[in-house]
Amino acid sequence: MSASGGSADLLIEGVARRFGEVVALDHVSLQVAQGELLTILGPSGSGKTTLLKVVAGFETPDAGRVTVGGADITALPPARRDIGMVFQNYALFPHLSVAANVAFPLEMRNVAKPEIERRVAEALAMVELKGYEARLPRQLSGGQQQRVALARAIVFNPRLLLLDEPFGALDRKLRETMQLEVRRLQRRLGLTTIFITHDQEEALVLSDRIAVMSRGTIQQIATTTEIYERPANDFVADFVGESNIFHGTMSAPGTVTLDGGRVLQVRSDRPAGSKVGVLMRPERFAPSGANAFAGEVIESVYLGTSFKLRLACEGGLELLVRQPARGALPAAGARMTVGIEPESIHVF
Amino acid sequence: MNRSILPALPALILLFVFFLFPVVRMLGFSVEGGTLDWYAKALGEQLYLRVFWNTFEIALLVTLFCLLLGYPLGFLMATTTPFWATVGFIFVLLPLWTSVLVRTYAWMVLLGRNGVFNRTLMEAGIISDPIPMLHNFTGVLIGMVHVLLPYMVLPIYGAVRKVDPAIPAAAAGLGASSFAIFRRIYLPLTLNGIFAGSVLVFVLSLGFFITPALLGGGRVMMIAVLIEQQVREALNWPFAAALSAVLLVFTFAVYALAQRFTRTEVAR
Amino acid sequence: MSRRLLVISCGLIYFFLMLPLLVVFPISLSSAPYMQFPPPGLSWQWYERYLDDPQWIDATWRSLYIGSATAVFALALGVPLAFALVRGKFFGRILIDRLALAPVIVPTIILSVAVYGLFAKLKLIGTWYGLVVAHTVLALPFVVLVIGAGLRDFDRSLEQAAEGLGASRWRTLARVTLPLLRPSLVSAGLLAFISSFDEVVVALFLAGANMTLPKKMFDNIMMEIDPTIAAVSVMQILLVSIVLVLIGRFGRGLRDSAR
Repeated sequence: MSASGGSADLLIEGVARRFGEVVALDHVSLQVAQGELLTILGPSGSGKTTLLKVVAGFETPDAGRVTVGGADITALPPARRDIGMVFQNYALFPHLSVAANVAFPLEMRNVAKPEIERRVAEALAMVELKGYEARLPRQLSGGQQQRVALARAIVFNPRLLLLDEPFGALDRKLRETMQLEVRRLQRRLGLTTIFITHDQEEALVLSDRIAVMSRGTIQQIATTTEIYERPANDFVADFVGESNIFHGTMSAPGTVTLDGGRVLQVRSDRPAGSKVGVLMRPERFAPSGANAFAGEVIESVYLGTSFKLRLACEGGLELLVRQPARGALPAAGARMTVGIEPESIHVF
Repeated sequence: MNRSILPALPALILLFVFFLFPVVRMLGFSVEGGTLDWYAKALGEQLYLRVFWNTFEIALLVTLFCLLLGYPLGFLMATTTPFWATVGFIFVLLPLWTSVLVRTYAWMVLLGRNGVFNRTLMEAGIISDPIPMLHNFTGVLIGMVHVLLPYMVLPIYGAVRKVDPAIPAAAAGLGASSFAIFRRIYLPLTLNGIFAGSVLVFVLSLGFFITPALLGGGRVMMIAVLIEQQVREALNWPFAAALSAVLLVFTFAVYALAQRFTRTEVAR
Repeated sequence: MSRRLLVISCGLIYFFLMLPLLVVFPISLSSAPYMQFPPPGLSWQWYERYLDDPQWIDATWRSLYIGSATAVFALALGVPLAFALVRGKFFGRILIDRLALAPVIVPTIILSVAVYGLFAKLKLIGTWYGLVVAHTVLALPFVVLVIGAGLRDFDRSLEQAAEGLGASRWRTLARVTLPLLRPSLVSAGLLAFISSFDEVVVALFLAGANMTLPKKMFDNIMMEIDPTIAAVSVMQILLVSIVLVLIGRFGRGLRDSAR
């Protein structure tokens, strides 16, 4: 699924919101296609939560508009938007049973009793919570609570599903299970979904596309591989995954001279003389390559499947390198050489 | 004996000598001579039964009005910005800590035959004769609601504050109207606060003395006023003690009933 | 829309709450020889009458020192009690907890009559220390509630850290626990003071011929509605406002104490 393919289901156009001096959203625009899962990834304070609130209707933008399926919903109160949302801490109604929680949106829509029962049962079956109907939220585990929140958010066939850091409270194992489950459910129902997170790993696992946000603007919006392999700027390169970022100038076609003087062979059609950024992912280094770096190990960590090394190379360059864990862990002080091919270096 | 009780001892001695002992001693007067005659009088004679009924009726009405006025206040204070919440708190706490006498006096000034309200209404030509608002049921009710309203507001504020703001937001997102959010979410989740506030106001109303004594002008008899009269004017200690015992038992009964639903003790 | 309705009705309710406090200001400044509203002119005559009357001044001083003594005693007894109730583990803790809070539950009239009976026997009627004792009983629940709340929110790892760093238990109390509890202590002390300073019913029975300010006010209201009371009321309201400001500034936040 690409950015321009499929019809735009959710359209955010020039949305701005400021709180006093703080600009939370600086004219943000993006579109989400029917059935797509778009992740908004950013550190806290990047404006991602405000954007979500604008879509959900809990926050009114100062400028811009939000349309779903062509209908402008910018001025609509949350209750009339037909958007399913899973909150950070689930926001389950503590005084209502699991079944009553899931039935709530249907009751608000005056759905007939037998129909409610049928759909609640169906939704609970979908999240594998059959038999828990009478329990209260506090009698459930974190994962089960999240399933209830999910069932409650989809039971009324919403136009849109919003997920606000829903996995933050779960432990690592459970988080991975739930991520896959949410993804499976979302695909099956074909729900257009926006997922908010600050966890880049989670974003890579779950999304069709990722929008990286920082300081109220979208830094890059692209597919997961594109975000990882071809980040648009320093911020995206640094925020998503581990990275070695350097700056320099194109000294000749296919050649970058770093600010420290080191010359790198790259694949890039940027004209000579232009200022560029250079990204080298730590796992792309091999024992040898077109660009070789010789240096001294200053830090080495064993990570099970790989070694994580910090190398001090000539010219003051410091490199983060990951190598498959084979043999002995290089000790600090040891000298070693690594290399990287031109096509593994991203120039931006 | 566990040593951790030691710091409590000085206060316990005070409470025993100057609270528990005098109260028990006085209640003892009511069965002096080994008869229950004074209880029979308190609970048997039409005159005194009326006073109990009056007290109960006023307490109930005061509680009801406090709830009607107190819920919106507590709710607003708990859901507004910190600045306005502080302003709201000042407006609730200032009356609370202003002497009951000051407030009672002010209501006399406001409600009297020649008081502010009647003067204003008459000068505006809305009424031709003053409306009697003082030295009657209405006056006592207004004065008591005013004194007790903060006791209702504070627990309700506390209860509304405990509701995670994401929960009503979730309800709105799921399609609930403002009214549905109130009825389905806030009301059940703040029932504890409503209950605690109501019990507190009701129990305090039962033993109220100053307001009915001054605003009732001797025409609205509540149980506390009757006890004072029996001690100070009739010098009838046994009867006053019997009346006190009945009031106390009733107060504790209400309180004990409430304790089954809410927890207000310091030790948790 | 419904929010606006809520705000408007709350405005009216706040007006109802504040009206009696506001109305005494113009009356206290009235130039009329008797209660009249609105006042025909302004004068300080009722304040002068208060200041020139030794009975009023006498009653004011008495209330001030009885209130101060009550605050001191209520803190001295109530703080250890709160510690025992929150941190102690002993049989009957819940019972003692109920007993400590009972003075606010038991109708004041019953407490007043009961203590009156006892004090009459002990010849303590009319003594200032008799009133202090009775007021301390009444103020104790406030102290226990406020300090208890402060203690329950207290992060005990701070004390463990102090003890781990070599402080004895007493030094930990003096250097860590009590300084951190200071906002609660300020609030509790001021509340105890105000509860005594405002107290009428007990004073009515126990003060005898030695008037406290509230008792003097009660007697005056019973006899005649004279704007001197309005002047006294204004001063009382100002004093309470000052105390509330002090609590807000140095005490445990006003909003915290509601929880």
